[in-house]
Amino acid sequence: MLLSVEGVSRAFGGVKAVEGASFAVAAGEVHGLIGPNGAGKTTLLNLVSGLLRPTAGTIQLDGVRCDGLAPHRIAALGVTRTFQNIRLFPQLSALENVLVGEHLRRRAPLWRRMVFLPSAAREERAARARALELLDRVGLADRAAEKAGFLSYGEQRRVEIARALGSEPRVLLLDEPTAGMNPAEVDSVARLIAEVARLGHSVLLVEHNVPLVTKACHRITVLDFGRVIADGAPAEVMRNPAVVDAYLGTRR
Amino acid sequence: MQQVVNGLFLGSIYALFALGYTLVFGVLDILNLAHQAVFMLCAFTALALVGTLHLHTLVALPIAIVAAGLVGVLLERAAFRPLRGRSDSNISGLISSLAAATIFEALALAAWGPGQFRFPFGSVPDRRLQLGGAIVSEVQAVIIGISVAMMLALTWLLRRTRLGRHIRAVAESPLAARILGVNVDRVIAASFFISSALGGAAGVLFGLAFNDVSADMGRSVELKGLAVIILGGMGSMPGAVLAGYGLGIIEVFTVAKLGSSWRDGVSFAVLFLVLLLRPRGLLGQAATRLA
Amino acid sequence: MEALLEWWLTYQSAVAFIGVNALLALSVYATLSCGQLSLANAGFMAIGGYAGALLTLHTELPFALVLAAAAALPAVVAVPLGLPVLRLRGVFLAIATIGWGEVVRLALVNWDYTNGALGLVAIPQRAGPGVIYLCLALALFVFWRLRGSRAGQALEAIREDEPAARTLGIDTTAYKLAMFAFGAGLAGLAGGLEAHLTFMVAPSGYGFSRVVDMLVQAVVGGIAHFGGPVLGAAFLTLLPEALREVSRVTGMEPGPLRLLANGLVLLLVILFLPNGIVSLPQRVREWREERRAARALVG
Repeated sequence: MLLSVEGVSRAFGGVKAVEGASFAVAAGEVHGLIGPNGAGKTTLLNLVSGLLRPTAGTIQLDGVRCDGLAPHRIAALGVTRTFQNIRLFPQLSALENVLVGEHLRRRAPLWRRMVFLPSAAREERAARARALELLDRVGLADRAAEKAGFLSYGEQRRVEIARALGSEPRVLLLDEPTAGMNPAEVDSVARLIAEVARLGHSVLLVEHNVPLVTKACHRITVLDFGRVIADGAPAEVMRNPAVVDAYLGTRR
Repeated sequence: MQQVVNGLFLGSIYALFALGYTLVFGVLDILNLAHQAVFMLCAFTALALVGTLHLHTLVALPIAIVAAGLVGVLLERAAFRPLRGRSDSNISGLISSLAAATIFEALALAAWGPGQFRFPFGSVPDRRLQLGGAIVSEVQAVIIGISVAMMLALTWLLRRTRLGRHIRAVAESPLAARILGVNVDRVIAASFFISSALGGAAGVLFGLAFNDVSADMGRSVELKGLAVIILGGMGSMPGAVLAGYGLGIIEVFTVAKLGSSWRDGVSFAVLFLVLLLRPRGLLGQAATRLA
Repeated sequence: MEALLEWWLTYQSAVAFIGVNALLALSVYATLSCGQLSLANAGFMAIGGYAGALLTLHTELPFALVLAAAAALPAVVAVPLGLPVLRLRGVFLAIATIGWGEVVRLALVNWDYTNGALGLVAIPQRAGPGVIYLCLALALFVFWRLRGSRAGQALEAIREDEPAARTLGIDTTAYKLAMFAFGAGLAGLAGGLEAHLTFMVAPSGYGFSRVVDMLVQAVVGGIAHFGGPVLGAAFLTLLPEALREVSRVTGMEPGPLRLLANGLVLLLVILFLPNGIVSLPQRVREWREERRAARALVG
């Protein structure tokens, strides 16, 4: 198992956002994380990416403990993410956003640029080429020079994914990437996710779009009130009465 | 005992000043660095009313305070309202308030010059009273009295009136308050009026207490005010009062024990210690709340 | 040729001061460029100024080394200061750095070795426009090469959204600290240069109003590009000259008038041209675009 979350809890004051959650993601697997609103899905992503610390439990990446590490360390270990409310760098162009995503992959000591070493210019060109290629893969190569703040909603989401892929992460965390998209856009994101997995990255997909999740994911974990209520292949999870309950809302 | 009285008297002024500071921060999430300029302008206004127009001090006081409140409303309208809605509004608000402070200081310098001014002889009471084992000057007693009265009035306003409830609502969530029908613009203007009135009152009282009014008097108090609101917790009114009196007493005792060159050093020490160890202060919270 | 020489003699000191102020504005820009509003640089400038003055007055060190020390000392001091202080967000950082500036000033006022509030005088004039602009050119070179580099883009990312930048592997603490120290070094260098330009150093020259000046120049010039602060410094250093006529007409003293002008310019800029003078051409272009689009809709 590449990413394993074991017994992770996170409380805010008295409120338990996540309680004793455990699941695992294998290499190359697309793993869905679903549940009603407020179930703790985004909190879990924040815990895995290091923006929050668990109050209990452990998170391991390839056997290395990463709970409690600073976010940039976790990113260096190979975990990147997108955000539910899209956090691109608005004043930077789409290309520059993706370039920042490549930060971990680049070897660009500043002094080389200071003395105009040709290797510095070469490295920059290579980085830009890779960034452009990533933008192309999400279908936005023609919008590369556009300021990220001026892109449409759907375009911004795709740039954010391209940016997260910039460092060739081992695990890609996607937080509701298709929210607000029309069916055609959802389809292209689904295809993108499949391609990302094929290239060897694992994906942890938080989503509300249940049909997308059942189609795109190898395994699904279902959260409700911060607890894992089901975990397994899409078909069996969707038949699970507890899951049906949670979604149809006998309690809500 | 004497030192305690001195500390309470100094603390009253600090508390008043800090209340104004923290009120605006609680409501708008902006640090208003022009607060100390209003402090200074109000002192000059009172001085002008007493010195030039020969009004009795107790008459000049409320007039100057109301004038300060109005300056606050003007300040909000001109320097803060246009920035509302900008993504970097706390930093740009800070810079805007710095600009306003600079303008106010320039106007004061142009009008009165860089010197130090005293209240005319006889306008400030100078009797002394014996209280317990301490000698309290009439000025000190009056200042403590006025400060406490204003703080009580403020508490009543926030707890018992509709405006107070609206202010607290806007401080928690401007959006929710607006949806609930609160006129957010007017509430913010009112908050600035109150805040500047408090700051201005502190200024007049400070000027009376030390019989010293000058264009740069706001500077020295500014940092003390920051130390107080940090110590008390940004956005917390009780915190501002507690920390104001606390700093006043600490400062007085420090000067008594270590000499006057350490007077300002105390505020910095407090400031840094709090920022490093417990940035939210004594009574502050991660999300700002009022009263 | 005669006229040029005459002009130079009259304006030489103004030119020199623009250079020093440009360095100071750049020192504030250094931290603003990664989103940190640090108001500590008057304190660092004081350290550099005093260090330079003391070295010149008491040792035989060549000027280049004196300047290097004036830059290095504040930069070194900035590191242990920055580590705890840069963890504070926005407003708290501003307050802490204001406090630092005052701490330095107070310490100097109470330091008998340097005559406390009176400061040091009779510092030989070793600095002239040549040295100053050489230093400025070096600083601008660094900023130029930084822009568009991996590090430069990381700084911009931190400015735009620090937590998001961290999730992309950027060690934001290290970068912020580096710029904090770099800014401190620039301020110290400027302090050292100014000390050898004005013959004296005194605590009163490094108060809060000094750092406000630096901030005003950086913001007015524009913090989207490293040329902005230089522009702002030039504009605001020359403003008093332009205001001489106004002072005569209105009868207002030049001191308060300069202060008033600074405040008004800063207010107008932050309200209407937040990205500074540097962004003026772009704003005009955008405004023209809007007019054209509106006319197309109506027409």
